[in-house]
Amino acid sequence: MTTTTLAVLVPLLPFLGAAAGLLLGRTAPGFVRPLAVLPPLASLALAALVAVRQGGGAAIDAHTELTPTGSVPIELSLHIDGFAALVAILVAFVAACVQIYSTGYLRDDPRYPSYAALVSLFTSAMLLVVYSGDLIVLLVGWEVMGICSYFLVGHYWETPEARAASLKAFLVTKLGDVPFLIGLFALATDAGSFRITRVLGAVASGNLHHPTVVALLLLAGVAGKSAQFPLHTWLPDAMAGPTPVSALIHAATMVAAGVYFVARLLPVFEASQAAMIVLGVMAAVTMTGSGLAALAQDDIKRVLAYSTIGQLGYMTGALAVGDRGAAVFHLLSHGAFKALLFLAAGVIIHAAGTNSLAAMSRMHGLRDRVPDAYWTMTVALLALAAIPPFSGFFSKESVLGAAEHATDGDTAHVPGSAGWIVLVAGLVTALLTAAYATRLWLLAFRGRGAEAPDHGRQPLTMTVVLWVLAVPSLAFGGLAYRSLPGWFDGRDLTPTLLTSILGTGFALVGGLLTYGAWQRTAQLAARVPLGAVAAHPEGDAALVEAEAIATHEPAYGDIAYAPDPADPGRLLLGPLHRSAAAGFHLDAVYDVLFVRPVQAGASLVRFLDREVVETYVQGAAGLPRLLGAAVRRAQTGNVQTYVSALLAGTVVLAVAVVLVATGA
Amino acid sequence: MHLAYPAVLSALLFCTGLYGVLARRNAILVLMSVELMLNAVNLNLVAFDVWLSRAAKETLHSGQALTLFTIAIAAAEIGIGLAIVLAVHRNRGTADIDKLRDTAEGPGTGGSGIEDPGSSAAEKAEATA
Repeated sequence: MTTTTLAVLVPLLPFLGAAAGLLLGRTAPGFVRPLAVLPPLASLALAALVAVRQGGGAAIDAHTELTPTGSVPIELSLHIDGFAALVAILVAFVAACVQIYSTGYLRDDPRYPSYAALVSLFTSAMLLVVYSGDLIVLLVGWEVMGICSYFLVGHYWETPEARAASLKAFLVTKLGDVPFLIGLFALATDAGSFRITRVLGAVASGNLHHPTVVALLLLAGVAGKSAQFPLHTWLPDAMAGPTPVSALIHAATMVAAGVYFVARLLPVFEASQAAMIVLGVMAAVTMTGSGLAALAQDDIKRVLAYSTIGQLGYMTGALAVGDRGAAVFHLLSHGAFKALLFLAAGVIIHAAGTNSLAAMSRMHGLRDRVPDAYWTMTVALLALAAIPPFSGFFSKESVLGAAEHATDGDTAHVPGSAGWIVLVAGLVTALLTAAYATRLWLLAFRGRGAEAPDHGRQPLTMTVVLWVLAVPSLAFGGLAYRSLPGWFDGRDLTPTLLTSILGTGFALVGGLLTYGAWQRTAQLAARVPLGAVAAHPEGDAALVEAEAIATHEPAYGDIAYAPDPADPGRLLLGPLHRSAAAGFHLDAVYDVLFVRPVQAGASLVRFLDREVVETYVQGAAGLPRLLGAAVRRAQTGNVQTYVSALLAGTVVLAVAVVLVATGA
Repeated sequence: MHLAYPAVLSALLFCTGLYGVLARRNAILVLMSVELMLNAVNLNLVAFDVWLSRAAKETLHSGQALTLFTIAIAAAEIGIGLAIVLAVHRNRGTADIDKLRDTAEGPGTGGSGIEDPGSSAAEKAEATA
């Protein structure tokens, strides 16, 4: 088969799997699991084959036009360069892991067939985004991901949290997608084509007339999809979905799409200095804010959600300093360890029966109950905190190195100020990242108090996947940083000495500070008993998690916060803690700025409709009703009366016709 | 024969029938009057058909053909009509048209014109269920 055929099959197989899963889900339940697991595995093999054949050389381009579509043609086209080939492998790899894990995690779930089909569709849409060489086809995948995330985040729709979170995820990302669509149209109008190669050609020859407007419009969509400030608020709430879905959204699909899109069209953004500065500021605010917020979260998955936002901030930071190689490098290594973190967190939530770190810190011996999750999560947290030689270290240092390089101002198209902004924010975030990673590890695995509940061994499908993902988390960065530049733009990704020492030093300081704070506060834990544990520990992991999410707010008064004085994050953040737990009240601000005005407008419209318009309608109906009452009296029930009236009418008409005809 | 004779005869027949329809109380007599009216029309059709064919303007005799149709339909109509009258008579014990006033608007039904079909539809649904 030609490489093009293979590449077409990569997104097509999960799509067919999804369609077959949806059709056969009820009639042939035995086929659901193979149909869920095999297509992503096949896609992984094919994507690897495509990558081998592409080999980081010249981009593979193929296109066909199905039908003429008016002024600017829309074509089905592929554009596979080194970025696309590697990201597709990551997407298929994480999707396959998530599907295998889900067979254990949602073992007894009645809605598993539709769930698995939607995960497949999600994967297929992301692969379409990755391979597509046409911006409109890319947009199709982009929007299919939006609707899939809506369905999957709302998987536990019995809980009000999940319903609200799925709506919020959909609305917030759509809010960014509207300017995104307009930006795409503006870009295509300037370039005369939706083909990425032609767009990039137009940028290179200086044919882009409004680069700043286009870039800022596109950035809105990217901020929504990739959960960047100020459109990041949907991501922490999306934790109301099942853990494998979180892993998929955070590691490979959805949030990666925004970063990948910018990486693909980076020359468009580089054409505008303002867009690069905005990108840098956005990255800096996102990184530091999410780091602080992650330090205050009580739900283990919300900590990870904020950490995803922060790591995405690193990627947009790398893009802001014009190094898309570093951004995609971090995307790849982050994809592996973040998927691992979420899947391990799913195991921990199942074992502990709660998603609250405060409750876990009062359990003794949780790490002995789930040794696989303990060891793999330790690896992943070290990678997250960018400790050498784990894979996160190399990718994060490549980002910091690119920022440091840009501060000199001799990176083309990149203002030096963007370099400084990203570098300073990146170093502060390195400290914060290490701090919340340490806090998560200490609270989850070093708890003191009653014995952790024993829910038996975790399913093999869940634990094996963790070890599979631990390998790239451990080794990918170190093995790949020398060969990756050949796949990317050729820019060196080797960590520079200065930023490595600075970044690792900040990370160590953050970790040690947290450890010290934890030593001071851990004694308090025994004095304040806390903890609510699942009511059905014998159920499958999905049931335990749904119950944990549903009981967090009644037990602690807030979905993100627990009144736990033994939390080292409380000591470190001081007075900031309460607002950091609430995501710096950004939701409350949006509530005041957008939700309340809309609700007020809605009640005004309701008043106008009910009281004003309806009065007119009822008044208009009154007169016909009166007339009708008068006419009704003629209806006596005697048929002969009616016929007489008919006769009289006929006679009158006939006489009238005769008179008119004779001209009288 | 001049056209005026059958035309006048059919007009007289029609008026007789019309009078019967409007003034008779017995439903069977009303039906017979309807037949009279129909036959007046038939007579007209045949007469004008002959007149037209004599003037060689019309050679298909469509008037006569239409008359045959009317006779057939009238037979069917009177059959159904008589069956209805019989059923009414069996139920009510009378075939007096003046007493069959079920479709009259009662004085208390003002404004309930919308509800009536709904409730009857509900009754129908109950009956078929």
